[in-house]
Amino acid sequence: MGKIKGSIVVNTDRCKGCSLCVVACPKDVIALSDKHVNVNGYPYAVAVRPDDCIGCASCGIVCPDGCISVYKKRMED
Amino acid sequence: MKGNEAIAHAAIRCGCDAYFGYPITPQSEVIETLAELKPWETTGMVVLQAESEVASINMVYGAAGAGKKVFTSSSSPGVALMQEGISYMAGAELPGVFINVQRGGPGLGTIQPSQSDYFQSTRGGGNGDYYVIVLAPSSVQEMADFMDLAFTLAFKYRMPAMILSDGVIGQMMEKVVLPPVKPRRTEEEIKKECPWATFGRTPDRKPNIITSLELQPEVMEIRNQKLLKKYELVKENEVRYETSQCEDADYLFVAFGSAARISEKAMELAREDGLKVGLFRPITLWPFPDKQLEALAKGKKGVLSVEINAGQMVEDVRLATHGTVPVEHFGRLGGIVPDPEEIVNSLKENIKSGRFNG
Amino acid sequence: MKEDIIAPENLVYEKPSLMNDTPMHYCPGCSHGVVHKLVAEVIEEMGMQDKAVGVSPVGCSVFAYRYIDIDWSEAAHGRAPAVATGIKRCWPDRLVFTYQGDGDLACIGTAETIHALNRGENITIIFINNAIYGMTGGQMAPTTLLGQKTVTCPYGRTPELHGYPLKMTEIAATLQGTCYVTRQSVDTVAAIRSAKKAIRKAFEASMQGKGSSLVEITSTCNSGWKLSPVKANEWLREKMFEFYPKGDLKNTIDE
Repeated sequence: MGKIKGSIVVNTDRCKGCSLCVVACPKDVIALSDKHVNVNGYPYAVAVRPDDCIGCASCGIVCPDGCISVYKKRMED
Repeated sequence: MKGNEAIAHAAIRCGCDAYFGYPITPQSEVIETLAELKPWETTGMVVLQAESEVASINMVYGAAGAGKKVFTSSSSPGVALMQEGISYMAGAELPGVFINVQRGGPGLGTIQPSQSDYFQSTRGGGNGDYYVIVLAPSSVQEMADFMDLAFTLAFKYRMPAMILSDGVIGQMMEKVVLPPVKPRRTEEEIKKECPWATFGRTPDRKPNIITSLELQPEVMEIRNQKLLKKYELVKENEVRYETSQCEDADYLFVAFGSAARISEKAMELAREDGLKVGLFRPITLWPFPDKQLEALAKGKKGVLSVEINAGQMVEDVRLATHGTVPVEHFGRLGGIVPDPEEIVNSLKENIKSGRFNG
Repeated sequence: MKEDIIAPENLVYEKPSLMNDTPMHYCPGCSHGVVHKLVAEVIEEMGMQDKAVGVSPVGCSVFAYRYIDIDWSEAAHGRAPAVATGIKRCWPDRLVFTYQGDGDLACIGTAETIHALNRGENITIIFINNAIYGMTGGQMAPTTLLGQKTVTCPYGRTPELHGYPLKMTEIAATLQGTCYVTRQSVDTVAAIRSAKKAIRKAFEASMQGKGSSLVEITSTCNSGWKLSPVKANEWLREKMFEFYPKGDLKNTIDE
């Protein structure tokens, strides 16, 4: 049985840096960008521990602005 | 039949889709007749008694925005409540018809007839720069005829149209020939006539949005200017009026609605007394037939604006004639309908006092 | 490896396609965005894109029509249920819903709301209750909690000065015209899933002609509450749920 791996793609220009995804992620994958801001001056969500992502979509579901797309794949060993 | 009943019959016959209203004297027969006739079983027309005039006009807003032929009716205090919705309809460019069977005010006032909502009707009525088309029937026949006309104009220009009646015309019984039967429009016909309407986006178009809101001043100004252009077009094309014995007249009565009927009798009485009087009856109060009145009033010795109010249309008569002839007002208040004799006496008084030329 | 995962066949979540790319004007973390997504998802999943007509209110969500690509009618303050009545009565096979805040629904539009629900109009009312007036800058709402501070009750709401908070959803549950009345929230993944189910249930009931539904979403207004989005969710759970308990208040759909 393979391991489930996930990955997220953040529409950083749409992100408002509200942090709700950071709190919702069960694996602490996401943090807000440290020094960089987007076109609207907001820090944005970044997958800082991408290898830990399980593709549960919690971040996408709680995101008020629909910025996060979530992918999930069963990896063969 | 009564004027109010004629409205109900005419609405069903001209293919109206819905009525939303709230009872108020002296126009409750409109909804009562509709309820009695049960058009939902024949033409499929919706009839709904709302919780208030505010709700009624907003139901009209919703249904009109969805492309339907809908109307409401009320009397003065109720129409005052509707002004919010009418202003939104004007802003969102929605066609819809509303009927005001006027009674005296201010406030609760009286349930007796009046024409004291002239200012409100002809100056938009609610907030913002807008007008509504105002048709003033002076007979039960015209109550019936103006229903279809009001819808036609409302849809032609995408704006609210009003039938400004009063307690006399609404309650009066007269013979009437009802307008021919028109079927209600099909979905395809509505889609064609109202490509802007909100009844479900089809894959061939972008979503439609009905709104009067625009936060950008530059864009809002363009919207305002677009409305003004439309109003100019209405002024050019839709002025309606009637004249009687104006050609040889020395004096003119200007009157609309029930006051025009009484003035017609007064004109005859005056002529029996040797006073050559003509009658000018504006049928559209907005747009007001100002050019036509100006031309007719030229060289007359005096113009008497006869109204069942404290003097409202007289301002438009003065604007139209802009000082070229003496203009005075005669009116009764409190729900009292003037006698023809009183009108003739007022004319004589104006001549005697020198306000009118002898 | 990341490249292997990010492929169309592996997509498990994205912004609903009915929600367009126009950036939403809401403050960061605002509940409105989540509820907008749910509405868009449900309409999409029901395949009602071409039959749905939304009625937006006056308040923060006045511009709801900019974000979800269906037909919308923008109502005067509080009149959305009357506008929806007009549309639904004339187009009975359309999916008609209103989206209203607490000022719109529970204050200026109380009459329109109660009467539309009581007539059993086959519409859904989505009620965003964040206990404050967001758009005009954080004034007291009819739903503001006792003791809660707003710019028009800066020392906290007191019954003597301001009266009591109004539980519109409880009132709605007593009306004969309603078939489904529920209070939900969107503060956690589980809550969001539950709220989505509620919206779907209500929309379906309206299409089956079962009467009116009211779906209250007890929400946050972090700007108005002067809290961070995360803290606002905590305050919601601590304070709001106590006075506005979650769950179904009425469900006669399956009877």
